Amino acid sequence: MKKEYTIIGKPVPKQDAKIRVTGRAVYGHDIEIPGMLHGAILRTAHPRAEFELDTSAARKLPGVVCVITGDDVDTNNISYKRDHPILKKGVTGCIRDEIAAVAAESKEIAEEAIRLIKVKYKIKKGVFCPEEALRENAPRINPYSSGKFSHPNIAEVFHYEHGDVEEQRKRSKVILSRRFTLPRMTHACMATSNITASFSPVDGKLLLYSSTQVPFLYQRDMAHALKMNPSDIRIIQPVIGGGFGSKLDMYPFEPICALLSIKTGRPVQLLYSREEEFIASPTRQPMIIDLTAGIDEKGRFTFREVNILKDNGAYTSWGATTPFVIMQAFSSLYKVPACRFDAKAVYTNNVFAGSFRGYGNPQATFALERMIDLLADEIGISKTEIRRINANEKGEVTGQGLHYETCGHRECLDTVITASENKRTISPSENKQRFLKGIGYASMLHVGGGAKIYRSDGCGTTLKIDPYGFCTVITGSNEIGQGSETVLAMIACEEMGIDLSRIKVINTDTDVKPWDVGVHASRTSFVAGNSLLGAIRLLKEKLSKKAAQLLGESDATMNYTKGQIVSAVSGASIALDKVVREMHFSEPGELAIASYFYEPSSRFQDKAFKGNVSGTYAFASQAIEVEVDTYTGNIRVKDIWVAQDVGKVLNPLLLDGQIQGGVVQGIGYALSEELLMKDGKILNPNFHNYKLLTASDIPEIHFYPVETLDKQGPYGAKGVGEAPLIPTAAAIANAVADALQAEILDLPITPEKVLRIIAGKKAEKN
Amino acid sequence: MKKTVKRVKVKQEESVSLSLTVNGNRHVLKVRPAALLLDVLRDVLKLKGTKPGCHEGECGACTVLVNDIPVNSCLYLAVRAEGKKITTVEGLTGPGGALSAVQNALVEEGAVQCGFCTPGMAISMQALLNTHKSRKKSGRGTKSLSRDDIKKHFEGNLCRCTGYVKIIDAAEKLLAQSE
Repeated sequence: MKKEYTIIGKPVPKQDAKIRVTGRAVYGHDIEIPGMLHGAILRTAHPRAEFELDTSAARKLPGVVCVITGDDVDTNNISYKRDHPILKKGVTGCIRDEIAAVAAESKEIAEEAIRLIKVKYKIKKGVFCPEEALRENAPRINPYSSGKFSHPNIAEVFHYEHGDVEEQRKRSKVILSRRFTLPRMTHACMATSNITASFSPVDGKLLLYSSTQVPFLYQRDMAHALKMNPSDIRIIQPVIGGGFGSKLDMYPFEPICALLSIKTGRPVQLLYSREEEFIASPTRQPMIIDLTAGIDEKGRFTFREVNILKDNGAYTSWGATTPFVIMQAFSSLYKVPACRFDAKAVYTNNVFAGSFRGYGNPQATFALERMIDLLADEIGISKTEIRRINANEKGEVTGQGLHYETCGHRECLDTVITASENKRTISPSENKQRFLKGIGYASMLHVGGGAKIYRSDGCGTTLKIDPYGFCTVITGSNEIGQGSETVLAMIACEEMGIDLSRIKVINTDTDVKPWDVGVHASRTSFVAGNSLLGAIRLLKEKLSKKAAQLLGESDATMNYTKGQIVSAVSGASIALDKVVREMHFSEPGELAIASYFYEPSSRFQDKAFKGNVSGTYAFASQAIEVEVDTYTGNIRVKDIWVAQDVGKVLNPLLLDGQIQGGVVQGIGYALSEELLMKDGKILNPNFHNYKLLTASDIPEIHFYPVETLDKQGPYGAKGVGEAPLIPTAAAIANAVADALQAEILDLPITPEKVLRIIAGKKAEKN
Repeated sequence: MKKTVKRVKVKQEESVSLSLTVNGNRHVLKVRPAALLLDVLRDVLKLKGTKPGCHEGECGACTVLVNDIPVNSCLYLAVRAEGKKITTVEGLTGPGGALSAVQNALVEEGAVQCGFCTPGMAISMQALLNTHKSRKKSGRGTKSLSRDDIKKHFEGNLCRCTGYVKIIDAAEKLLAQSE
């Protein structure tokens, strides 16, 4: 029997929506501190060059307070491999490179000062293709690269395998090999990157208003960069205007802003312009995926052999580690007895890639799901049947060691197949000659209960009830717009029997909140939710004991409802706030406060990348119908059917929003978004030429949540945030391939590409 | 040649007097002739609700009403607003903090995630509602707007979080209520 909940599962509007919709929310751009200076950064004009700076004119400009270059600061290199200098000295590696910075009394003066800095460049030939960077005589691109791999331009390698690939090759009826090419996509958060730094020369403490998604790792990285004590650095997160992974790493502009504040002893604010956001914020990883896959006569997958070449750019951000997630898709999405996986991240003089919603999984799923369609055609099975035959199942332990204690894969597939078949009777296009219709399917697997990548994947919570019966949840997790604040408030409301309006969530200050690893890997509702439930359990023990004492009961089994603590034995009740007051004012007094740290049951992967890395796993399937205009090459996405194993719906209103937003980012990835680069320079650094979808491009999105009630999740819930984006581009590519009866091996599928395919087919016929 | 350039620059920095009515309050200000309405609202009047998303007229986060017409305040010279009536997102909220119908619809439908596009969306939605009401009042069109018409109306406002669906839902519901 399903348990009845008071508020869990109900559509509750976001608690912080009111401040946002009235213009009262304070984003980084809105912060003003008395005496605040404005920062600006000079970036190189050439991706690979030697340079000399003359800052004398900038320093003389009235209103300029401070100019810094690499020679003026004593800092450590940053980023995952510590291969990234904050201010570059003498030589540049990519077009983002920060070579000088200014703090001035106004934005205009800071920008003017940047223009007054004279730079003498000695331009050198750059390397913009990973294959070229791996040639024997290629120049060493990053002087700080570890050099521990076979070539100095290799930043990172991954090798994984399970099963006997050669044996499975023999068992295969059909074997296909294809090369898939994935583009560079950018986050395009509506609020540009920003930071306000305020260093106090009085006590040596640095206060940062930062839009980071990972405040505690950021605190550590900032301290390392600036050679400071981490505890002297306090991170406060203002309201954040979008993240999607772009704020998972720390980038040079952040310690630069801190340095300007330290040097001047005044607060400094640094805001990216939109152009700077396109040029200088991280991207999704472009990659080349070579995939060979086999299938036996019964339509069962036999093996996958994968080789990936990733363009790392000039420095190593989190993009280099996406194979952690990519290999999960290849090793464990659908049953497959053998998999061999190799990936290399290679330095080039291109801009570096970071983390982006899905973390390599959209790329992997694109290659895998396209290949499944090709295999189906080759062996003569329908696209739906091949997926049903190979779907993952509950109880499965995959070759990589992932435990599927719950698994909605088959139900997701069945749901979207049935729903799309029922609906696909919609009126055929008027002109069949011109418009071609197609349908495509794709599934995905993603972590749904955190991901054990750092030493801790945990989250702490401190819970407090005040003498007036209000509840404060101090959580390690943070809100980047996804609605975690609301979900946590709902959990507290459900368990404590306190009205939602009486619950506050504190989540913005590293000086106050307990440890959490950050917003990533679709983990917040799962990990922070479980952490809160743990704190609630502890606090209720205290409260129930006191309530029993006050009610004169021998048994402390209590129910919490409508602000009352009610004895489960006698039905006698006492107001929650009264119990708290009695705790505070009795001898000896006691606080109505409890803290709990939750660490998921997941384990680190071993050296062979095997192990149960998440508390639970999320599955989803999508069916997408498209209409291709053969005259213009335009693709119209008509309907999207989405079924996702979310474990349990905690808040349908916020869940729908995550699904719709993710799917639309996926459509962008499939059809229109690409950061175009030539010789290391970005050709379309603006919204006019980088094509985000608008309201008019949005198809009907039909969403069917699948509830598998995972016993690890809060109320059975799994992570949801990244999943909706992951299979969308794959399903769209399959649908376009279906419509055109042609192979699609790269993204985005622009009108030009469609017209080229059509022209090619015509030429073939003639 | 250099001298001329300098002279022009000095001229540019000379400020001009400007009278604006923003959310019902009249302001007389000194601004640079090149000052943009967005910057005057945010930096001079401290109305930070209007958001600077791109400064190139593409994202619509900075949309405000000038004499009830929605404009990108990042492309609109402040001096052009002389004597005109400006409405920003702060002006939608009623006395005592009561949310307007538009703001309520956005909150209730779950149309707000990170919220950076929201002030611009809210203003665009207010403009849509105003137009719809005045058309009905004047009897110039009794036909209700289709979902596609509504989508078209929001083409100038980019959103990266919500996928637009709930924003369109909110507008659709609001228009239906005003029937």
